[in-house]
Amino acid sequence: MSFLTITGLSAKLRGTSFPILRDVSLRVSAGEVHGLVGESGAGKSMIGKAVLGILPTSVEITKGRIELDGVDLLSLTPAERRRRIGATAALIPQDPLTALNPSRRIGPQITDRLVDILRWPRSRAEARARELLAEVQIPDPDRVMRSYPHELSGGMRQRILIASAFAAEPKLIVADEPTTALDVTVQKQILKLIAEMQARHGTALLFVTHDLGVVSKVCQSLSVLYGGKVVEATGVRDFFREPAHAYSRALLAATPKYTDPAASLTPVPEAVIAAVQAEIAAHDRTHDRSARRG
Amino acid sequence: MADLYTVENLHLSLPDMTKKPLVGAAPRIEILKGISFTLPKGEILGVVGGSGSGKSTLGRAMVRLLEPTGGRVLFDGQDITHLEEPDLCPLRRRFQMIFQDPMSSLNPRHRVGQIIAAPLALHGFSDVGARVLDALDHVGLPRGFAGRYPHELSGGQRQRVGIARAIALRPEFILADEIVSGLDVSSQAQVLNLLEGLVKELGLTLAFISHDLSVIRRLCSRVLVLYRGEVVENAATAEVFAAPKAAYTRELLDAIPLPDPDQVWA
Amino acid sequence: MVDKSGADGRSLIRRRAGLKLWLSGGWLATLALAAILAPWIAPQDPLAQDLFLGRLPPVWIQGAEPGFYLGTDSLGRDVLSRILYGARLALIVALVAGTVTCVIGASLGLLAGFLRGWVDVVISRAIDIWMAFPPVLFSILLIAVMGPGLQSIILAIVVIDWTRFARVVRAEAMAQGAMDYVASAQVAGRGRISTMLTEILPNVLPTIIALLTLEMGIAVIVEAILSFVNLSISTDDPTWGGMIAEGRTSIHQAWWVLIFPLITLFLTVLSFSQLGEGLKDRFDPVLR
Ligand SMILES: Nc1ncnc2c1ncn2[C@@H]1O[C@H](COP(=O)(O)OP(=O)(O)O)[C@@H](O)[C@H]1O
Ligand SMILES: Nc1ncnc2c1ncn2[C@@H]1O[C@H](COP(=O)(O)OP(=O)(O)O)[C@@H](O)[C@H]1O
Ligand SMILES: [Mg+2]
Ligand SMILES: [Mg+2]
Repeated sequence: MSFLTITGLSAKLRGTSFPILRDVSLRVSAGEVHGLVGESGAGKSMIGKAVLGILPTSVEITKGRIELDGVDLLSLTPAERRRRIGATAALIPQDPLTALNPSRRIGPQITDRLVDILRWPRSRAEARARELLAEVQIPDPDRVMRSYPHELSGGMRQRILIASAFAAEPKLIVADEPTTALDVTVQKQILKLIAEMQARHGTALLFVTHDLGVVSKVCQSLSVLYGGKVVEATGVRDFFREPAHAYSRALLAATPKYTDPAASLTPVPEAVIAAVQAEIAAHDRTHDRSARRG
Repeated sequence: MADLYTVENLHLSLPDMTKKPLVGAAPRIEILKGISFTLPKGEILGVVGGSGSGKSTLGRAMVRLLEPTGGRVLFDGQDITHLEEPDLCPLRRRFQMIFQDPMSSLNPRHRVGQIIAAPLALHGFSDVGARVLDALDHVGLPRGFAGRYPHELSGGQRQRVGIARAIALRPEFILADEIVSGLDVSSQAQVLNLLEGLVKELGLTLAFISHDLSVIRRLCSRVLVLYRGEVVENAATAEVFAAPKAAYTRELLDAIPLPDPDQVWA
Repeated sequence: MVDKSGADGRSLIRRRAGLKLWLSGGWLATLALAAILAPWIAPQDPLAQDLFLGRLPPVWIQGAEPGFYLGTDSLGRDVLSRILYGARLALIVALVAGTVTCVIGASLGLLAGFLRGWVDVVISRAIDIWMAFPPVLFSILLIAVMGPGLQSIILAIVVIDWTRFARVVRAEAMAQGAMDYVASAQVAGRGRISTMLTEILPNVLPTIIALLTLEMGIAVIVEAILSFVNLSISTDDPTWGGMIAEGRTSIHQAWWVLIFPLITLFLTVLSFSQLGEGLKDRFDPVLR
């Protein structure tokens, strides 16, 4: 039974015919970690934003369904959708520098959601926040709750964002490149932390990244995107043993491997790009035709 | 081979504005604590370390965006440690820099052509227009991009503009500060290959700052590992990967997630 | 089509034709033209009094006289003609006071924000001290000393409002100064002042223009207020503020004496503030 099911989701830039997502389908089971990979601009973040109902106003969904825990989000009124998403899903953002309000203390920034949306009493929310900060291995949670963001390092801030994402016990978390802004050693700690928290809480995770190395460490399944379209969706082991699509193979070849000194870094070749583009165009054409017929 | 750069016991401290008392000077924090190394002509030096280890500070001291507080920096035999801006100006054509964030390093209200042309005009080149087009050719951007604004380009393309601006002056040395950290793997490979080709073709000496050793292995002949403002390892690339001497280097290597689900990543 | 070279679909978003720009620019252009041509197009002499023609209503209301399109005031002076002549003063004040305030305030702000150091200390202190004076009192005092007149109004506006520019531009220049493209200019060997003019100024310019148009609107209001309290030009010259002050006393007998100058003033001030935004939407290469 999948927890998040996206079917035939298409989106375009409002007022133009520029496609942002094309006929995207994917499913994430409860407790599963699903990776979204692809080059920048492929539409990874847009899928995450669509699920969380935070698409920029310049992007509009043209068709498709997003089912979260059995409820079709797109059929709800905006207010109902916000409430529904607020109660079941959360986000770990990319940039720990801008995701926290610089002029407010950490404590209230974690408890706000619990108090405002879930209507918890403040004392209970604060106890929960303290508990979570301890869980993400922050020494001296009490002091940190009273600190301002600029007094903490990038890694600390990302831990806080993780704690705050898990605060309301969501069943789904969208992590949008949560470690891209961090250096490798901190990235390792944070990835381990996310995996640990995810396993302990049984949360489903939609994990956006462009780094296949990271995918191989935290995901069970993945979708490879190009130009707003899913070109391959499979399990992680199958993917790394034998990527099915030529574009996936090219992406894997572009990922650096320090253990192999002979390996050269090959950007995704023009020919492969041309082939995917042709494939997408062909798919669009048959779709248009069947849409017109139907 | 002659050394292009000689850095001797380099110290650099900056005032810590967050701890500035109401009256009087802010306390200084020491960021570089005695760094020494040489960079021979034609070599590609990798500088690695975690964030906050002082990589950018070292780089900025080498191109004299910062003035060191102790030690010496020699560029092609000339002491540039405390040179004043007017005396530095003629040297500035010879050492250039490419920045980490391609968005903030390109003036958003100038067109690409203007961005590449400005340093050329400043150093009195006569055939500015031709050199701009030549630089665009070198980095593999269509000439028509001269008329675009930075926000109309992708991340990888912006970084190419940064490279074009640096090589247009035909410098001898380029400092590249984390120039691929913000790019996806494919653009990263493109930019690295481009840079490698240019180094060979134009006979450049390069200092390449990164926090990712796997990128360094691909590009650099020597590696300098920084930890909290000190050099913990300085060796040929192959040696560093075969048998890292410093524990910190080991840690950096182990932290890299390989695209392989069987990697033991404890 | 998947566009590899364009990079981003956002560049496809078309600039709105700029209704704001057309409406506000159109109104201001018309007003400027009318002000310049006032001696030729004004239907009556704005100063001619005729007590037999007092409080005539606008032409579309019964009892109107031909030739007095918007009616007359209690002294029989033509309201339309007075509005047209009043526009001359209002626009001169807007242009001169706005521009001078802008040039002085923005230059000081730019220097303080980009050069920092002692320049910043001196300018920031000056701003702080300046802002401690209550502005209206300050301007009334100034005019009381210098005597009413065009120069006094303009000077009063400049003296009060330069700090608005200086503060905003300083903050903006400081933020831009921290960007890498400034470091890049330094690596290329560009001097400080030259960097300020070629790199920082274009990025602060949209803010300056928005402030400038806003300031022009404020200047029109300040002029009207000073006329309203009789501190502006000689009482004979038609000014919008003076007309509003007079119209107020006869609002029940002749509403048009108050309403038409008021509408003109409102539209003009609104147009100035919208002009700034319209210009930015249309001409700033960086979409926000
Ligand atoms: N705020 C926005 N408004 C309109 N289009 C956008 C916006 N942000 C991104 N896009 C476009 O949407 C597409 C997908 O972007 P995104 O999902 O952010 O890519 P990524 O895979 O790198 O996360 C790109 O073509 C991008 O140009
Ligand atoms: N302008 C500055 N003022 C005070 N401290 C600074 C400044 N710039 C950098 N630092 C500090 O210097 C240290 C090294 O910074 P940096 O050279 O940027 O590191 P890296 O590039 O290796 O991430 C960091 O601890 C940073 O906080
Ligand atoms: Mg993204
Ligand atoms: Mg750095």
